[in-house]
Amino acid sequence: MDKNKKSRAPVSQQSLKVEKPTDPTSIGGMITVELNEKKVSVPLGTTILEACRQNQIHIPTLCHHEDLCIAGVCRVCAVEVEGMKTLQASCAFPITASIKVKTSTSQVRKARRHIIDLMLSEHYGECYSCLRNGNCELQSLAQEYGVDEYTFGHCDKPKYEIDKSSYSVVRDMSKCVLCKRCVRTCIDLQEVGVLESIDRGDKTHIGTFMEKPLADVICINCGQCINRCPTAALKANDPSDEIWAAIDDPKKHVVIQTAPSPRAAIAECFGIGAGTSLTQELNTALKRIGFDAVFDTNFTADLTILEEGTELIIRLYKALVGGDKSVALPQFTSCSPGWVKYIEHYYPEYLDNMSSAKSPQQMFGAILKTFYAQQVNVDPKDIVSVALMPCSAKKFECNRPEMDSSGYKDVDYGLTTREMAKMIKEAGIYLPEMPKSHFDSPFGDASGAGLIFGATGGVMEAAIRSVVEFVTGNKAEDIFANANVTPVRGFEGVKYVELPLGDKVGPVPELIKHLVPNWDWLKGATLKVAVAHGTANAKKIMDDIKAGGIFSQCHFIEFMACPGGCIGGGGQPIPTSLEIRKARAKAIYAEDESLELRKSHENPYVTMIYEKFLTDGPCGHISHKLLHTHYTPRGKFIS
Amino acid sequence: MEPIFSKQQRTGPVLFSKYNRGDAIKKALETGRENVLFEIKSSKLKGRGGAGFPTSTKWMLTAAAKADQKFLVCNADEGEPGTFKDRVLLTEYPELVFDGMVVGGYTIGAKEGIVYLRGEYEYMKKYLEDYLHLMRKDNLLGNSILGVSDFNYDIKIRMGAGAYVCGEETALIESLEGNRGEARNRPPYPVNTGYNGRPTSVNNVETLAAAAHIVVKGGDWYAKVGTDKSSGSKLFSISGDCNKPGVYELPWGTKVSDLLKLVVAKETKAVQVGGASGICLPASQFERTLAYEDIGTGGSIMIFSKNRDMLKILKNFMEFFVEESCGQCTPCRIGNVKLLEGVEMIEKGTFTFEYINKLKELGATMQVASKCGLGQSSPNSFISILDNFKDEILNKIEA
Repeated sequence: MDKNKKSRAPVSQQSLKVEKPTDPTSIGGMITVELNEKKVSVPLGTTILEACRQNQIHIPTLCHHEDLCIAGVCRVCAVEVEGMKTLQASCAFPITASIKVKTSTSQVRKARRHIIDLMLSEHYGECYSCLRNGNCELQSLAQEYGVDEYTFGHCDKPKYEIDKSSYSVVRDMSKCVLCKRCVRTCIDLQEVGVLESIDRGDKTHIGTFMEKPLADVICINCGQCINRCPTAALKANDPSDEIWAAIDDPKKHVVIQTAPSPRAAIAECFGIGAGTSLTQELNTALKRIGFDAVFDTNFTADLTILEEGTELIIRLYKALVGGDKSVALPQFTSCSPGWVKYIEHYYPEYLDNMSSAKSPQQMFGAILKTFYAQQVNVDPKDIVSVALMPCSAKKFECNRPEMDSSGYKDVDYGLTTREMAKMIKEAGIYLPEMPKSHFDSPFGDASGAGLIFGATGGVMEAAIRSVVEFVTGNKAEDIFANANVTPVRGFEGVKYVELPLGDKVGPVPELIKHLVPNWDWLKGATLKVAVAHGTANAKKIMDDIKAGGIFSQCHFIEFMACPGGCIGGGGQPIPTSLEIRKARAKAIYAEDESLELRKSHENPYVTMIYEKFLTDGPCGHISHKLLHTHYTPRGKFIS
Repeated sequence: MEPIFSKQQRTGPVLFSKYNRGDAIKKALETGRENVLFEIKSSKLKGRGGAGFPTSTKWMLTAAAKADQKFLVCNADEGEPGTFKDRVLLTEYPELVFDGMVVGGYTIGAKEGIVYLRGEYEYMKKYLEDYLHLMRKDNLLGNSILGVSDFNYDIKIRMGAGAYVCGEETALIESLEGNRGEARNRPPYPVNTGYNGRPTSVNNVETLAAAAHIVVKGGDWYAKVGTDKSSGSKLFSISGDCNKPGVYELPWGTKVSDLLKLVVAKETKAVQVGGASGICLPASQFERTLAYEDIGTGGSIMIFSKNRDMLKILKNFMEFFVEESCGQCTPCRIGNVKLLEGVEMIEKGTFTFEYINKLKELGATMQVASKCGLGQSSPNSFISILDNFKDEILNKIEA
């Protein structure tokens, strides 16, 4: 991620970076080192591991993860450095002198094998009966080093009880190898800080505050720890058995909505490199599995734009025209359930700033068991509503007690991309070879604006495409080339953008005419927006707002709990890296550009639902009942 | 050979020679930093905690590092099993330790000295703080020390919480910062990036006491004692099967056999030099010398007579390491458990020689692949006891 960020992990869990010279051609900027007797030149401060990788020398790693600060604790990347008595962890050794490194001496090979043997001796569980069989870094290491027996024994009993308390994340610490990636993810990457090492020596384990179950601590359910766990010590709470049971039950009408990010990533579970979208193949596969209908969550993403956008306009109108000082601004997005729980725990005093609009998943859930049930004439109690999400926090979200505005549990199950891939494989389907098909009516295919919700900046871009058309009366394409709002795109941790609306305003669209009479009050105004992804970046913005900084002047801020946005969600395929997340985002933006329909308010099904069902318009009475929610101030000491 | 110091006779020509509070500070302030470094360098003083890093180099590197703040930390986390010499220094000769800290702080450019005091020594805290108060009254601490306007320096005492690993300097620094006691990756070293990310010199209690004398009496005076590569004297904490246990000051280069005579040890079977993390000598090696060039040590000497069970001793050491490993790196966290399991197998007679040899190889890996000195030295006793007392342990198995 942000390589210049000061890490919050204890220094023992980092290698302190040596400052790299800004100009590597300056004197002392480059250093010549010998790697396995080959002389190479590298910038000062490069780690031995980086230098080796740049020179096609493979070094095994386990605690190393490119998104995280370096711990140097597993020791499997040990190498020999001439003149040093002990082996050095190559991941944690910055080169500052002309050292000579050997990466494959007999001592090194023996040490690595010993370390792998030791980890295996404490790692409980058989590969056959493991979720991560075939995608486990410990397993790969054992294979790479030809482990064919348990040299130092193997534990035959689990050491710890499995913690299934959380709707989102299951912790099976008997499989933990103490690489501390989860700790660094939680403390440092996300700045949540739920997980830490507890006890010492052979009793060391990763635990929570006072060893409470995960459901009772301030976990935000983002699942980023799952994505970075090398084994199956951390996994999502998998509801697929219940879903299979519902599919097999003829009385149940099982519907699934699919979010934009899983389709841009699920191909990875089938051995295809990151960046291939399988949207329409997935539709076919889901129907073959036995879902009665397959819908696009983008439909309610479009609806979210209308609801959240209208809410913003109402807030601005009240504040700017009405002079109402009690209006909370900036308005924060509320689609990311990890972010929602984060703000409930960490900044509960800012909950009024949250848009009351539900997330697309929950909007869809409420509509399926009301409007849709009427349309297809099915008793809502027989509808089983499944949501395919890139997210582990969505599992918690659908179980929030307030999410029952249809009179039933609005969404029954949140399913991750990984779990979906497993179900597809179980059904004997090879996804990439599926014929293509469209989403089902009555919601059909949605807009590209809904689609790009998956990438950081996407909600903001979708909102901007609609808002500028609403206010200025001009086409978004006339303002932004190809309607691509590039300033809010990209993987920078925090983005701040000012958009002058100009002096020309258009007519107020029919849909919201009863809320604002005209746009004159926005003449010459500048819309100030910001985007943050990853809660560590969200924290930066929140602290700035608290201090009355530049972000407190914003009108609208998009927050996503996960690095990269939903495409980097805690339910997405493992492994993850910046490169992988960028490839997924690229796939989403490419699909958006290939669509005719790219603006939420132009989605004909959205127009249809306001005509037929949500008849008093965005933020009206019906939509408030079904599409809006409230939040729970939790603070840091309760769950 | 005459003892320089024993618990019966607490005067001596080196560490316990005459010294008046403040002497070293006065001398240092009169002659300047370069002179202090020169004297320490010519004394060839090495770190007395056990690792033996040249003190002058450590101070020079810290002095040379550029930073807004620097720190001198006195490592008083005396935790190695069998050492109790720092306790004697702190309670009976605090002037040496604190003057050493002021001189060191002055030399490296620190404004603050921190004593990291072993948790179990909490009873000393008030006494030491009263002593520091006395020094402040005499203007040996505080602002413009002894009238030198730009030299402000004070010492505070911070308590450890009982973890053995916090004697390792980077784990100590983590603990000072309020984190779990876990060793850091190095490089960078504390002399560049230490406490709060600032250059920090971490010195043992005894090192600082020696430095105070050296500043006053000169490096050559100090280097006259000891051997060429191991100059000066060393405090030994001697315990176990002998008539006169206690803290002794001996010149480096003393033979183990002479030491045994001195403390009146009879029918000695084994001597554990360097505590649990040290090595175990059988009688055939008692002619070896205590010196960096032969057996370097932090000063813990444990004497075992012929009726001691070596396997029990080894088990005790290994249990200690299993518990005291900080648990962050694989070789130390799990390796020590495996070595202890091996000892238990021998105890029960359920082992194979092949497996014990595998464990010795594992020990060799731990020595090179562990993250810090704890895991790097914890297999020492396993390997040396099994090598040196093979017959006894084998007999036990047959019996």
